Amino acid sequence: MYALVDGNNFYVSCERVFRPSLAGRPVIVLSNNDGCAIARSNEAKALGIQMGAPWFKIRHLEQEAGLVALSANFTLYGDMSDRMMSLAAGLGPSQEIYSIDESFVGLQGVRGDLVGRAHKIRSRILQWTGIPTCIGIATTKTLAKLANHIGKTAERKPGSYPQELAQVCNLAALPAQDLDDVLATTGVGEVWGVGPRITKQLQEGGIKTVLDLARMDPATIRRGWSVTLEKTVRELQGLPCIELDDAPGPKQQIACTRSFGKPMHELGPLVEAVSEFAGRAAEKLRKQHCLATELLVFMHTSPYRPGAQCSRSVVVPLRRPTDDTLALAQAAADGMRYMYVPGFRFIKAGVMLLDLQPANILQRELDLEPAAFEDPSTPRDRSMLMTAMDAINGRYGKGTVHSAATGQPGPKREWGMKQGRRTPQYTTRLEDVPVARA
Amino acid sequence: MNSICTSSVPQPLAATPLVLPMSEGHVRAGFPSPAEDFAVNRLDLTQILITHPQATFLLRVAGASMREAGIDDGDTLVVDRAIKPRHGHIVVAVVDGEFTVKTLHQRAGRMRLKAANPTFPDIVPKDGQTVEVWGVVSSCIKRFTI
Repeated sequence: MYALVDGNNFYVSCERVFRPSLAGRPVIVLSNNDGCAIARSNEAKALGIQMGAPWFKIRHLEQEAGLVALSANFTLYGDMSDRMMSLAAGLGPSQEIYSIDESFVGLQGVRGDLVGRAHKIRSRILQWTGIPTCIGIATTKTLAKLANHIGKTAERKPGSYPQELAQVCNLAALPAQDLDDVLATTGVGEVWGVGPRITKQLQEGGIKTVLDLARMDPATIRRGWSVTLEKTVRELQGLPCIELDDAPGPKQQIACTRSFGKPMHELGPLVEAVSEFAGRAAEKLRKQHCLATELLVFMHTSPYRPGAQCSRSVVVPLRRPTDDTLALAQAAADGMRYMYVPGFRFIKAGVMLLDLQPANILQRELDLEPAAFEDPSTPRDRSMLMTAMDAINGRYGKGTVHSAATGQPGPKREWGMKQGRRTPQYTTRLEDVPVARA
Repeated sequence: MNSICTSSVPQPLAATPLVLPMSEGHVRAGFPSPAEDFAVNRLDLTQILITHPQATFLLRVAGASMREAGIDDGDTLVVDRAIKPRHGHIVVAVVDGEFTVKTLHQRAGRMRLKAANPTFPDIVPKDGQTVEVWGVVSSCIKRFTI
């Protein structure tokens, strides 16, 4: 048995915990660079704001409907997510954190009233962190995700489903006929793994509801689509095919990319930017105890703006597999200098670390160069420097110690993100904690 | 056993294991520390002040209405949302969309938020109005300028 615990309108809910005046009002959270809506409160959804709606198209609602738009405060959301996930883990013996606001919990061996237990965890998460959640329970992960969707919709739109399925929905407890009714009222596009393209194909083939899909022969699905969709169908039929992954392996590639607050055309700020991205990617690399053997740098102009388009990228092979910030920043800077062309307005750049290998399996090479001629820029073993850097940045804040090539930190950076409306970091900076009036 | 080989042909060694007694524990040059058996963890403020880490938040006090309870302007409150608020607890409540810190009085189904400073008024909810308790203040941290 599996449960899926999912925060309601998670980013908005996090903001409301520390700013109760936002309750009941239409609130959205904007993406990096205040580009588009990535979270909406129920009141904002009722205004017709779609997920991903560009800000410039909906900003008139600020005046007209009292819409409140906030810049993304990922530091806050990350901390609140940690708290929520730690409490959600109490539901069962194993957990797979699926995203910042969703977690599968394995329920093997958990006996008794599962719905009652889920309600208790839900109440605890709401009381202890202020985040409202919905919990779906079923015999497979795909059905658990569907159960979660049903629980959420039953709460938000009364009448769409039987009211007892609101907030906590256990599909495994439903009699067969009731389960069929629920599946028949849900569109096939709501199934985990069925995106817009497959939905369209299924609908054209007469498969419109989840019940239609669940009744398909898995072999036919595999012939017409893929083994992935076949697994989905088997899961809808109650046969678990997708395991709980409670210890995901290290990432195979690590990227750090950002859109700029305003278009860049000078080489200097671009080199600063990719040096910083390389530094951040290097931190993630060290955290998962890997080394990189190649580094990719890219940049491009905006396809949405008028003017000449330019998209460039280059792969820089690294002299030795490394996790050293200075070596990676150097490689990124070299790559940028190599591919830079003047006269274009670049709006995005990024660094990707490729062909990662575990740090404890180090393939050495013969040092054929005599020490007297050793290239001073060849990196010596600076792992203790990296450890010290990570420790200082961990204690005093990200970016406290950084390579000089990244330039002066702070809002004066030319290529920095536009985040005009970000709330304070209430739980991670002492200067930002909320005020209680006495 | 001869330690000098006088023959050029390898000789089989009839080796019997020699059993030596092994001493327990480390043997150092000086005295073993008498404190070794009594070592425990140093006092940790986080463990002392925080009972429910997922439910604990820090807030800063602005104002003087709780001075007689030992809470002053500028202090840091440790607020625990996991504690069920009871009569007599100092709580952070939401009043008019803002956080306020007062002592909770709850008797016979009626609730009011009392200040701890005679020059400040209490907060009494009007009929039908509920005041939401955000969390219970479990500690107050005063830091002095050094």
